[in-house]
Amino acid sequence: METFTGAQSLIRALEFEGVDVVFGVPGGAILPAYDPLLASPIRHVLARHEQGAGHMAEGYAHATGRVGVVIATSGPAATNIMTPLQDALMDSVPLVAITGQVASTSIGNDAFQEASTTGMAMHCTKHTYLVTSADEIPDVLHEAFHLASTGRRGPVLVDIPKDILVAETEWHDPKPTDMPGYKPTSTGHPLQIRQAIDLLMSAERPVLYVGGGVIAAEAHAELLAFAEASQVPVTTTLMARGAFPDSHPLAMGMPGMHGTYTAVTALQKSDLLVALGTRFDDRVTGDPATFATGAKVIHVDVDPAEIGKVRTPDVPIVGDAKAVLNQLNVELSKRLDNSPRPDRSPWLKTVADWQDEHPLHYEQSEKGLIKAQFVVEQLLEATGGKAIVVSGVGQHQMWASQFWNFSKPRTWINSGGLGTMGFAVPAAIGAKVGSPDELVVAIDGDGSFQMTSQELVTASSEKVPVKVVLINNGGHGMVRQWQTLFYGGRYSAVDLDSGFPDYSALAEATGWMGLLAETPAEVGPAIQKMLGVNDRPVLLEVRTDPEEMVWPMVPAGGSCDNILLGPEDLQ
Amino acid sequence: MRHTLSVTVEDKPGVLARVASLCARRGFNIRSLTVGPLHTPGLSKITLVVDDVEVEQVTKQLHKLINVLKISELDPDDSLEREVLLVRVSADADARREVRDAAEVFGATTLDVGANSITFELCDHPSRVADFLKLIDHYGVVDLVKSGRVALARGTKSNALAKN
Repeated sequence: METFTGAQSLIRALEFEGVDVVFGVPGGAILPAYDPLLASPIRHVLARHEQGAGHMAEGYAHATGRVGVVIATSGPAATNIMTPLQDALMDSVPLVAITGQVASTSIGNDAFQEASTTGMAMHCTKHTYLVTSADEIPDVLHEAFHLASTGRRGPVLVDIPKDILVAETEWHDPKPTDMPGYKPTSTGHPLQIRQAIDLLMSAERPVLYVGGGVIAAEAHAELLAFAEASQVPVTTTLMARGAFPDSHPLAMGMPGMHGTYTAVTALQKSDLLVALGTRFDDRVTGDPATFATGAKVIHVDVDPAEIGKVRTPDVPIVGDAKAVLNQLNVELSKRLDNSPRPDRSPWLKTVADWQDEHPLHYEQSEKGLIKAQFVVEQLLEATGGKAIVVSGVGQHQMWASQFWNFSKPRTWINSGGLGTMGFAVPAAIGAKVGSPDELVVAIDGDGSFQMTSQELVTASSEKVPVKVVLINNGGHGMVRQWQTLFYGGRYSAVDLDSGFPDYSALAEATGWMGLLAETPAEVGPAIQKMLGVNDRPVLLEVRTDPEEMVWPMVPAGGSCDNILLGPEDLQ
Repeated sequence: MRHTLSVTVEDKPGVLARVASLCARRGFNIRSLTVGPLHTPGLSKITLVVDDVEVEQVTKQLHKLINVLKISELDPDDSLEREVLLVRVSADADARREVRDAAEVFGATTLDVGANSITFELCDHPSRVADFLKLIDHYGVVDLVKSGRVALARGTKSNALAKN
């Protein structure tokens, strides 16, 4: 009988968990795992850098809601995936990372390509495993997938020494998970559900403050029902764009540092925040001591540690957003049957007036330069909004979030909590691999793009026809904006406009089609041309106004009462 | 404000590192930490004393560790706390009787007597240990080692009779 190894057990365990694709880069310690992969139906996407593989797995998870898998070897490969792991931790992305490790007999001896992977990953993951016997592989993998995909989703790392990958073992179907220290709460406490509806029925200026937890829990339909039944306006954070349709009359757009005037102001003037799957992040609250000071708070989150971390709620509800929204919907409908419906019309009128007075806006350039916001609008129009939009980190990310019209969850993929520049290209590749029938367009910035542009080759060689609209403003635009506003226009290390790279040449050299738009009139046709090409990836470079800034803006650490609407508010 | 947390953990590799480094990462200042196996195989108890923190955040963050099973905060008025002190005190022939008298008052055991020093052991409530140290400091402490705190909630009424 042929021997069955730890490596075979690993691949079989991935198949058992229903994995259809993994993103990775092979190397010494993980090498044994790559041999049985040849015989597996699992697709392996060969990234050019492990960080890219990690972001691809994240993009896949964002787009599909399933667990993304990244495989890397020990040492430098393991250090390279720390960025995606922390990114996934901050944004609650379900991820399983499998890393090779030097032989267990060599651990601690500073062997070639040795690093303390579990030590490093301890703070960047939900949990880590160091496998100590080939026999435990099916159970460890089963636990890892369970942890990654339940409760507050997140990354889990499994580190496997090389001698364990080559050791002889037998396959067994994993035992049902039994983790006495891990029992996430799903439904909310009935008393707190009643108290929440009590507050809602008596509130005059309630706001639904919706975070990424609603998308993670697939609770968008329940949210829509709740918002409509309660007639409460909704703001969706950067991680929740798409959880509620932007075209809905109750939608106020994004809150926070670059949120809409209406969303920011409605939160400030509110007397009741219904916070759903969100964590009162500093980019939303500004100075927390000045945030929504007149509001009572109902805080629903699956992670008990988020409740009371920044803001002490009046009604804490630990639970999954979908289950709790279902409970809230039932309780609300009972209450509305027996008591008069609260009159929300004055509040909704106020909100509508703010929207009329202070919509998102930008001025077209007098010098004939292209405005990035215009590019987003043109792309939205050309696609009818039917696309998965992926972004990097910076000004372009804010403009994409502001000016796109989201109608569905999992159509906006970005790095929110960690703010990882370089996220867009690999995450778009992962999203397209996971959702091959969808149009996947990355809106990236030149600074962000250059951090992971080696993955252009991956898209070509793996035949993943994503599209990238590169907002090229010739520099680190967001840093430049802060230097304009807070450093008296002393520009330090923000200029990337050296004439390099030639993006069209780079695109062609890596198997992409390269397009360029240099005037506003060229933008629409270039987008049309880009959308017409589906046999290979396309990079559309758009040269935009380098001086353009993102508005509105609440300066970091400031009060949301002092929202700046544009340069005219600076004095 | 000082808090004593009694943390039941799975006895798995790295669990102490997870608890300690979580405290470091979140800025919780550890005053003392002891760990030892429990009666139930596979479980250990960590007694953690932390300073000046929102104890609710510490508890919630620790609970997120998969290997942490149970956390209880021990009320100092309603729990039994002990520390072990080994201390070598300078004592020549002239001072020896006086030093030993002082130790006897606290019930400290003499472990070792040298030409110019005596080594005592005291296992007692942390406040008594601190008082003893203050007293013998007067004679000159040559060296000392102190364990972290261990603590147990008072149990049934019969147990509650135990000396604090």
